[in-house]
Amino acid sequence: MSLPDDTTPPEAANMIVARDVDVHYDDKQALFGVSLDVVGGNVTALIGPSGCGKSTFLRCLNRMNDVIEGCRVSGRIEIEGEDIYDRSLDVVQLRARVGMVFQKPNPFPKSIYDNIAYGPRIHGLAASRGELDEIVERSLVRAGLWDEAKDRLRQPGTSLSGGQQQRLCIARAIAVDPQVVLMDEPCSALDPIATARIEELIDELRQNYTILIVTHSMQQAARVSQRTAFFHLGYLVEVGTTEQIFTNPHDSRTQDYITGRFG
Amino acid sequence: MTETTAPSRPAPRAKRSGRLARRYAAERRFRAYGIAAIALSITFLLLLFGSILNQAWSALQQTRIGLDIHFDAALLDPDGTRDPAILAKADYGALVKKAWRERFPEVRKRRDKRALRRLLSVGAPYELAAMASADPGLIGTTQRVWLTASDDVDMWLKGKLAEGGGKRAKIGAKALGWLTMLRDEGRLERQFNSAFFTAGDSREPELAGVWGAVAGSFFTLVVCLGLAFPFGVMTAVYLQEFAPRNRWTDLIEVNTNNLAAVPSIVFGLLGLAVLLNFAGLPRSAPLVGGIVLALMTLPTIIIAGRAALQAVPPSIREAALGVGASEMQVVLHHVLPLAMPGILTGTILGAARALGETAPLLMIGMVAFIVDIPADFTDPATALPVQIYLWADAPERAFAERTAAAILVLLGFLVCMNLAAVMLRRAFEQRW
Ligand SMILES: Nc1ncnc2c1ncn2[C@@H]1O[C@H](COP(=O)(O)OP(=O)(O)O)[C@@H](O)[C@H]1O
Ligand SMILES: [Mg+2]
Repeated sequence: MSLPDDTTPPEAANMIVARDVDVHYDDKQALFGVSLDVVGGNVTALIGPSGCGKSTFLRCLNRMNDVIEGCRVSGRIEIEGEDIYDRSLDVVQLRARVGMVFQKPNPFPKSIYDNIAYGPRIHGLAASRGELDEIVERSLVRAGLWDEAKDRLRQPGTSLSGGQQQRLCIARAIAVDPQVVLMDEPCSALDPIATARIEELIDELRQNYTILIVTHSMQQAARVSQRTAFFHLGYLVEVGTTEQIFTNPHDSRTQDYITGRFG
Repeated sequence: MTETTAPSRPAPRAKRSGRLARRYAAERRFRAYGIAAIALSITFLLLLFGSILNQAWSALQQTRIGLDIHFDAALLDPDGTRDPAILAKADYGALVKKAWRERFPEVRKRRDKRALRRLLSVGAPYELAAMASADPGLIGTTQRVWLTASDDVDMWLKGKLAEGGGKRAKIGAKALGWLTMLRDEGRLERQFNSAFFTAGDSREPELAGVWGAVAGSFFTLVVCLGLAFPFGVMTAVYLQEFAPRNRWTDLIEVNTNNLAAVPSIVFGLLGLAVLLNFAGLPRSAPLVGGIVLALMTLPTIIIAGRAALQAVPPSIREAALGVGASEMQVVLHHVLPLAMPGILTGTILGAARALGETAPLLMIGMVAFIVDIPADFTDPATALPVQIYLWADAPERAFAERTAAAILVLLGFLVCMNLAAVMLRRAFEQRW
């Protein structure tokens, strides 16, 4: 269904390669033969009307669908050439490589420090207390939260404001040093100022991580992403550079969506 | 147009304000109903507590009679060895008899002498024995010793025995005369009833205490919680977090819910048939009582545990999974700690119910008359509610106030447990 566009870079450069991905929830099919290449070091925006399968696709990439009962994924997804649905692959390791930030900020009901230290702890990334402190600091700095949080590391993460909580969740995700960060509408619960901060942050993070972001806001997709994929009714309709999708879409449905005729 | 709409306008507004007034009135009435309901429940609670307290407070005191006892060396320790074994075996009853003879030399008839001796508890010689063993220096001296009076004397002094009435009077006219004399001499006193808190059960109300039942309840509850809590939590965690949803887990769920509603005596019958008759465990033992109560409490803990686990927001699970926690880590590091306050509340409620349970314990013999205080899980024991049941059934007037006092002790335990539950919850919540 999805037409490979002329801007698709050669396979080798692609961080994530998805081929013919079908997803069923019990009897209901949510994704139909999605084939998508994600370029490394880029922000790729997934757009499309509600219920078109953006979150479902995102969850395929770190196998969060595994824990949803009745959800079946078929097709092939590779990250850096490795089939992530291979039987020998360890899901826990995969999720350390592919971090996720959710729609609603969901810090653990623990201290700010422990929120970030949790991932490195369970993956054994820090040999000593000092190293752990370093990881926590680095993650908070990268997430742009260090200045606000450095004096209150022992306070609960839930005591932060919504936007700070979401940056805490981003810090938590990058603390385990992933290659890919998945963000499912990370700003939909935030006010415009907090949203702007997150957008800036995403732009900075692009240098170190490959980012996929689901968003409902066309402007946001245009602001933060280099590439955009448009989903509709479970199909990947079109993918290309953000500029091309927004200025010169090939498909009439894409055209209708970005001009606000539906969705 | 304007003519028709203009007059019609105020009408809806009036209607609206009328409706508003009615709504406020309804709301006020609703609140009043709530307050009335609470007031009613508090009244009944106070009545209940008031009546129990009113009956129980006098059990805190016990009448004692002051007698001048001569610790006769020739009688107690003829060889002067002061050997505890010899002291323990001596005839202290004789000392009491002698003391009575000295105080009331005019009482000669055998029947009257016996009536005189009956003013004291049958436990009085043992009290003397304990005194002499504890302090051999007493031997050879004469002391004013306060000995426990019999329950009838106690009741008479507390004004709970109808005086001089008919055949059924427990205290005869002569005894009444003696008691009045003793009282006027200041030899009749109400003192703190320490036996009630330190002794086991007894046929004599004045010697009976709750400590044996408290110890029995304690051992039973330890077994009950020691079994029910880990098994209940593990079951709840497995069913809620790991088990696939299929016909079997549905069946298990239905059955747990049913089990929670099974009358407790059925668990007692099960204990009798399986634990006593088949497995041959000792009768009347806290071990068996604890197992039976654990079976009874298990469904409560499972149901409360599952509800608490289910109430943990899915976003927390997602967050933990998202950073690469395994399913077990998600449960142990995040879900279970968050669910713990709820699980503990359920457990304490279940334990409180178990603490107050009588019926299943009757079936496994924990209703026996047991004087000795149980020292471990296999000693014959009874439990507080069973003790209350036994005393409530006893004909002696003096057991009535002890029954009420034992109920207070049980209530005290329940209050302590609930406080512990609240504190545990606080402790868990403050960690976050
Ligand atoms: N856990 C689930 N169980 C069943 N159906 C689901 C589940 N999650 C999503 N779906 C269905 O899959 C489709 C795609 O959902 P989703 O990926 O959440 O859409 P989007 O994120 O684009 O709004 C929807 O029709 C939705 O009803
Ligand atoms: Mg979604």
